[in-house]
Amino acid sequence: MQPLQIAICVKPVPDPKESTQLQINPTTKTLVRKGIPLVINPMDRNALEAGVKLKEANGGKVTVFSMSPPEGELTMLETLALGADEAILLSDLIFAGGDTLATARVLAAGIKAQGNWDLVICGAESFDGGTAQVGAQLAVLLGTPWITRVSHLKRVDDKHLLVTVEDEVEQRELLVQLPVVLTVESVVNQARPLSLWGIVEARNKKITVYNADTLKLDQKGIGLDGSPTQTRDLFAPDASREAEILTGDSPQQIANQLLDKIGWSRKGAAN
Amino acid sequence: MNFQFSPEQELIRKAAREFAEEVVRPRVQEMEEGQYILDDLFRLMGEVGFLGVLIPQEYGGTNLGTLGAVLVVEEISRISAALGTGLQVHCLGLLPVVKFATPACKEKYLPGLATGKYIATGSITEASGGSDPTTMSTVAVQDGDSWVINGRKCFITLNKTANTTWVTTCTKEGKRREFTTFFVDKSMEGYKEGRLENKTGMHGLDNGEVVFKNCRVPDTNVLLGVGRGLPVALTAIGRMGRMGMACAALGTIQASLEAAVKFANERVLYGRPIAYLQGVQFKIAEMAYLLETSRLLVYKAAWLTDQNMPDAELAPKVAMAKYVATQSAIKASDLAVEILGGYGVVREYNTERYLRDARMIWAAAGTGDIMQLTVAREALKLK
Ligand SMILES: Cc1cc2nc3c(=O)[nH]c(=O)nc-3n(C[C@H](O)[C@H](O)[C@H](O)COP(=O)(O)OP(=O)(O)OC[C@H]3O[C@@H](n4cnc5c(N)ncnc54)[C@H](O)[C@@H]3O)c2cc1C
Repeated sequence: MQPLQIAICVKPVPDPKESTQLQINPTTKTLVRKGIPLVINPMDRNALEAGVKLKEANGGKVTVFSMSPPEGELTMLETLALGADEAILLSDLIFAGGDTLATARVLAAGIKAQGNWDLVICGAESFDGGTAQVGAQLAVLLGTPWITRVSHLKRVDDKHLLVTVEDEVEQRELLVQLPVVLTVESVVNQARPLSLWGIVEARNKKITVYNADTLKLDQKGIGLDGSPTQTRDLFAPDASREAEILTGDSPQQIANQLLDKIGWSRKGAAN
Repeated sequence: MNFQFSPEQELIRKAAREFAEEVVRPRVQEMEEGQYILDDLFRLMGEVGFLGVLIPQEYGGTNLGTLGAVLVVEEISRISAALGTGLQVHCLGLLPVVKFATPACKEKYLPGLATGKYIATGSITEASGGSDPTTMSTVAVQDGDSWVINGRKCFITLNKTANTTWVTTCTKEGKRREFTTFFVDKSMEGYKEGRLENKTGMHGLDNGEVVFKNCRVPDTNVLLGVGRGLPVALTAIGRMGRMGMACAALGTIQASLEAAVKFANERVLYGRPIAYLQGVQFKIAEMAYLLETSRLLVYKAAWLTDQNMPDAELAPKVAMAKYVATQSAIKASDLAVEILGGYGVVREYNTERYLRDARMIWAAAGTGDIMQLTVAREALKLK
């Protein structure tokens, strides 16, 4: 089979294991990530694994794209250690504060600038933003179909993939023609562990940084100013609970009080 | 001066932490209950390249140097000092093969040592006293193109799990006894494990006797040369063993600090978390600087090792790092036990395990007293 050119989109996010440490800046309404280590967004790690597996089976090249600040470079190195062949960091001060559409525009520009591609795989959603929009927007911008909730994928011939799509009610198998954008959830595979072998192999792989100029991006559509949506407020929901202790002479009486509280009609029920 | 790890070293730490959290943490309880599960964990450590961290790439290793090994052992020890010690002893066991073995011996063992087909240890200590190895009674006698070893080593880490070891023997009696170190594997008749010790800490890590009874070893398995056995052992201990035990200490201090901080922030007394009590803060501060000072010394000693500093010059640097890290681990884990109050000695809270594990480090790879002597000898410029 023809080797595939596979693009994977990866976002560095604060380590979910440390998520209790996350705080919100009360004035800018952004997440304060200082001191929390960055990791590859968990579902993106599955996306990367899916791409690397396809490449290992049929040949090709896996290129990772990430829009992130320069600190994202360590995450890029990690993707190379996990099997990607090349990483492109899309980084520019003016990308900052972009919403999902502005982000998708930068990613699409990066993927196009890099040249040929047959398949884009993204995680279905990010651990921190959690909108699940970027994959869909990217497909529109690249002019390809988009398939989400992919739980299994297999290459059948030069031009087609067989993918399984799963939701709460059904499971469907789709024969899809390349090029296509897929978004995957963690069920799609078990991502490989970060190994010292991978780290050593990453030495011979390349990380390239593209900025707005190299991508020839129209500044109107990117960053905070180019975003059609703005965060109005961001807050941790109040999860406090109140406890009330019901007392009475007999268990039955207490149970009846409880039934009254939750509005349960006792009519007809044995007393 | 640059106190930063390279991006590659950051990733090494990340790989080790991920392994420790996801693979090792769920197994700690089993090890605590005395199960010897290291075969299994060693196989998994081989899959992610930890076992070959000191092995050149042409022999199938990842060759990430002493600093690479230090980062991996420290991170594993943060979850299990027992497994961290097991890994470091494997590295100590294979280092002389990398440095001193014949090409045939390297070909035969190094690729398997990198994957876990072979697990290594080092055997020098005997009942006659680890601090004075020149009194050892294990002997090797030449017979044609092989040697026959007889004797008994004690306190050998991985005595059961390891299927290879270097072993230091006396090969010439007399006023100046001569020593030779061999690399042997369990397929050679006459090499087997003896009794296991029942230890205070590091449960699940096997440690005990190794017995040689007419064990025949080919000439090609002599390391460095006949009569040069002590330098082989000292290189293994000085360039890996002491540093590795110091890393077990670092992991223990880090784990103690994390447990103490978590508890101090959660435990409420007098209406506020005990983290606000100054007495508790002083203990936390002490633990924080015990960790930082130990790390600086250990990382520097590892860095000097990677700069190829000669054994004799390196020894006091490593001894200082091992001494400080060990004392710090004992002190920090003790403080963690105190901060947790009664819970400090309850098994499920782990801090009592850290204290028991820390105590295991003091004698291993040379006692604290021997470390002090090594440091003093340099400071006093004694020959
Ligand atoms: C967990 C663990 C793992 C080990 N793993 C291995 C292994 O894999 N392979 C191996 O070969 N050995 C191993 N050992 C053995 C270890 O190296 C010895 O325990 C150590 O060298 C001390 O020897 P000893 O126990 O015989 O004590 P001794 O040497 O008998 O010492 C007794 C006491 O005398 C003190 N002392 C000795 N000499 C002096 C001096 N000159 N000045 C002041 N005080 C002195 C010591 O510090 C100690 O307090 C291990 C030990 C432990 C605890």
